[in-house]
Amino acid sequence: MSFIPGQPVTAVVQRIEIQKLRQGGNLILGFSIGGGIDQDPGQNPFSEDKSDKGIYVTRISPGGPAEVAGLRMGDKIMQVNGWDMTMVTHDQARKKLTREKEDVVRLLITRKSLEEVVSQSKGRNPRP
Amino acid sequence: MDNESMYSSYSYKSSHSRSSRKHRRDRHYSKSRDGASRGDKSVIIQAPGEPLLDAESTMADERDDNWAETTTVVTGTSVDSVSNEDLTRLSKDLDDSLPVDCRRYISPVFGAILGLFSVITPLAFLALPQLLWRDTLDPCGTPCEGLYISLAFKILILFISTWALFLRPPRAMLPRFFVFRCLLSVLVFLFVASYWLFYGVRVLEPRETDYRGIVGYAASLVDALLFIQYLALVLLEVRHLQPAFCLKVVRTTDGISRFYNLGHLSIQRAAVCVLDQYYKDFPVYNPALLNLPKSILNKKLSSFKVYNLEEENSTNNSTGQSRAMIAATSRRRDNVHNEFYYEEAEVERRIRKRRARLVVAVEEAFTHIKRHQTEESLASSPKHPREVMDPREAAQAIFAPMARAMQKYLRATRQQCYHSMESIINHLQFCIMHSMTPKAFLERYLSPGPTLQYLDNSRGGQWTLVSEEPVTASLRQGQVFCLKRLDFALVVTVMPLPFLRVGEEFVDPKSHKFVMKLQSETSV
Repeated sequence: MSFIPGQPVTAVVQRIEIQKLRQGGNLILGFSIGGGIDQDPGQNPFSEDKSDKGIYVTRISPGGPAEVAGLRMGDKIMQVNGWDMTMVTHDQARKKLTREKEDVVRLLITRKSLEEVVSQSKGRNPRP
Repeated sequence: MDNESMYSSYSYKSSHSRSSRKHRRDRHYSKSRDGASRGDKSVIIQAPGEPLLDAESTMADERDDNWAETTTVVTGTSVDSVSNEDLTRLSKDLDDSLPVDCRRYISPVFGAILGLFSVITPLAFLALPQLLWRDTLDPCGTPCEGLYISLAFKILILFISTWALFLRPPRAMLPRFFVFRCLLSVLVFLFVASYWLFYGVRVLEPRETDYRGIVGYAASLVDALLFIQYLALVLLEVRHLQPAFCLKVVRTTDGISRFYNLGHLSIQRAAVCVLDQYYKDFPVYNPALLNLPKSILNKKLSSFKVYNLEEENSTNNSTGQSRAMIAATSRRRDNVHNEFYYEEAEVERRIRKRRARLVVAVEEAFTHIKRHQTEESLASSPKHPREVMDPREAAQAIFAPMARAMQKYLRATRQQCYHSMESIINHLQFCIMHSMTPKAFLERYLSPGPTLQYLDNSRGGQWTLVSEEPVTASLRQGQVFCLKRLDFALVVTVMPLPFLRVGEEFVDPKSHKFVMKLQSETSV
């Protein structure tokens, strides 16, 4: 998941669709995010590359919509509803996720296990 | 003051103040008296200055018991032999014969005589051979003249430094003699006496002809005197400059306390230092401020009075009744302190209101007056002849509108006894003369100033030093002594300053680096 500045970022992503849950007057998704270009990347426990300033999922509330939809702790969010999440500040990311008008968010997330699965499957079934 | 305690108090016996054996005697006496019970020793310090509120003058009584610096200090122990009391009586007669003011100047006069004598001595050493046996003296050319010049300059330096150091009017009259000063006087006296002795035996009698030797002898005397003066400088002036103790001074009536750093001093000298600072630092003692307002006081007193009567009258089997009384009074007391709180808030509010009125009145009064520039008079003279006043008249003119507000404020803060109308007008005149603002004028009245501000120097500042140890003992940790006045006292506690261990840590200027530490986690 490291990137070379100036080069396009490639990653294996999974599409996750979360239905927002209305709870007490707010629409919640049921997870917490950390990271952003204005934050300290060295403190991120989930990133491999400690200079990665992307948005990561730091906590999932059990039984919430995010867990139900398949989001896991440590996932890096690449896109939210088409908005890029790799080069945003923490507050911008929060805003994109908590729009009142939308009750569904479609995330593109990536995690290390995805890469492994793909490379394994590639190795097992090499394309001719 | 307490006359009885003077007679029965313990003090030290020494034959004459110039005895150099005093120290040994001190130790001897303290050992011998350890078995007997020690009372408080009361001795008197008189500092120049004025007591502000001396209601009655008991100075006449105290003068009889006052022991000056150089008079005999005598023991009065009622337990031991009778002869000591006789000596006490003897010294009282001695004291009575000397008028008071002389005592202040005895010690400087003695010192001056001794100093003059010791400075004239080398000149006498030089002059006597010339006068008595001039013909038989060996001629002594250039070396002698060199010695003459150095002698002259050294004597001049001696004169100047003696004048600068020792010929100052004494600031305080201390109860016991000043140990170091007496030591040094004795040293000088012995020294000069021994030089004279040697001179008399070896030079005057055989009519010594070696004049150069005599001049050298006189020069050595002057050198030694200069060194003694150096010793005096160190002992009297320099040694106590390095702070070693912190003295906490608390006034008994209102609890105002201050802390002062002092060096190694004797108790009486420390008392003088403390009193110097007292006149400057402590706000003036106002007996009117100590009492709670009458409404509270009556209620409080009544509840306590009942309690106390029960205590005094009860012998053994009224404990049950007194317990009930205690419960009742405590319940009443709980209500009383509530009232006290509100009453205090009310008093404070009143003071603030009056103060606001006073400030406004004074500001307005000051706008009526303006400094008259002489150039203006030429421009506006014929049409509007303004009345030109001197400061006194100006002060009287603007005093009238603010007088009432001032009086009410002073009464509210219980300061009216310190400021008469005359003194207020004088102060107003002073402020107008120096173009001060109303705020500067009011500074004197809005906060109680240091005691020195209210002193008029007609009588001496009389204090009594009460201490369990002899007042010439040097300060030690944990000592406590009191400085008593007629209506209040200052309790002084001695604490040593801590020994400081100062370490070192080098900080590289390039090592100051910073990182961002923001790590927020938002739940969505």
